[in-house]
Amino acid sequence: MKRDLISITDYSKDEYLRIMKLAAEFEANPNQDLLQGKVVASLFFEPSTRTRLSFETAISRLGGRIIGIADPGSSSTSKGETLHDTIKMVSNYADLIVMRHPLEGAARYAAEVSPVPVINAGDGANQHPTQTLLDMYSIKKTQGTLDNLNIFMVGDLKYGRTVHSLLMAMSEFENPIFNFIAPPELQMPQEYKMFLREKGIRFFEHREFTDIISEADIIYMTRVQKERFSDPMEYEQVKNVYILRNAMLKNTKPNMRILHPLPRVNEIHTDVDQNEKAYYFTQARNGVFTREAIISHSMNLK
Amino acid sequence: MSDEKKKKLKLKVSAIKEGTVIDHIPAQNLFKVISILGLNKIPNQITFGTNLESEKLGSKAIIKVSDKFFEDDEINKIALIAPHAKLNIIRDYGVVEKKVVEIPKVITGIVKCFNPKCITNHEKITTCFDVISTSPIALKCKYCEKHTVGEQINMQ
Repeated sequence: MKRDLISITDYSKDEYLRIMKLAAEFEANPNQDLLQGKVVASLFFEPSTRTRLSFETAISRLGGRIIGIADPGSSSTSKGETLHDTIKMVSNYADLIVMRHPLEGAARYAAEVSPVPVINAGDGANQHPTQTLLDMYSIKKTQGTLDNLNIFMVGDLKYGRTVHSLLMAMSEFENPIFNFIAPPELQMPQEYKMFLREKGIRFFEHREFTDIISEADIIYMTRVQKERFSDPMEYEQVKNVYILRNAMLKNTKPNMRILHPLPRVNEIHTDVDQNEKAYYFTQARNGVFTREAIISHSMNLK
Repeated sequence: MSDEKKKKLKLKVSAIKEGTVIDHIPAQNLFKVISILGLNKIPNQITFGTNLESEKLGSKAIIKVSDKFFEDDEINKIALIAPHAKLNIIRDYGVVEKKVVEIPKVITGIVKCFNPKCITNHEKITTCFDVISTSPIALKCKYCEKHTVGEQINMQ
């Protein structure tokens, strides 16, 4: 059966747990020839070296071969071919499509057109579900559970797709608490707050990035991106407000870990890197195992 | 003019032998309704009036289609732009049934996604929305997952 992964909500709670379990198995034993004889298309219609390398590593560790587009300037798209036609063609060649595209909804559309499974590696500002699953795997690994966690999200909560997807996914688990720390311009959108209220999940909003983080099990940092602001003055005012520094971690819980989807700019000071609570580089490493798990699940290899 | 006389006049105007009368269409949306229902592509006799006085809508339009009976799925497509539309089903010059339109759960085609970065605005794709609220009307794009709400709703 073709099992696409386009949005994080395409998976049930059972599937989240299955991915967590498989990812742990791949971490213990990363090289498994499950994709031997298979071809995977890696279509990056916009550059994203980090995500592409993570996927291609996962595919390689599974023994698969990769065809694809790494530089959109050189692809047929630049000659005016529609996404429809590109997907039709590529799905003739490959057993699985991993796709990144600048337009929102492109992955859902590709999945409709393609007879082989499609994994969304990011469609504009919409969804990036493999990031969310690797975030969850990182949380599970560091906390031992996905239940009863107090999750702080910091930075751009308005446009940050990773925080929205993580919120949706973690809401499936027992008794989460969310704390949102953001400037007024970049607060968590109403629709997500409504969603939490309807599910009876507690959340708190803050403007100040202070010692309230002593309550946190997870601090999820995001980048405040300049291009999100219509007024450059506003950006200048907030860009240095939400910076995590090592000194701020003194009273935090021993189990607390700091996550960040990367790349960071200045929102986590480099003096945090040496702290054992800094987890973002290991988080990126977890991405490979999680993607091995997702690929195996999509293709029914495990 | 007496009310009785008005009523008679109206009835006379509305008289078709068999078919459907669609009343209480906002006048400015008459041609959109015609287009959505594909009335410009069928051979049936059709008469319509527009800019008629209406207490509810200010100015309304009415369409009379001979020998045509709409399925609910078909007629509900106009609910977004004519939410107060009323249908009279006519058999042998008499009204045998009255219907109102209902906003469907899923809207396929018709509406354009509000999000300029949505793939449906860049390739030839039939749009598809889940109706997540009817009052105010809010649609969620199946592709980009963004919400198109109230006045943002534009027809394709």
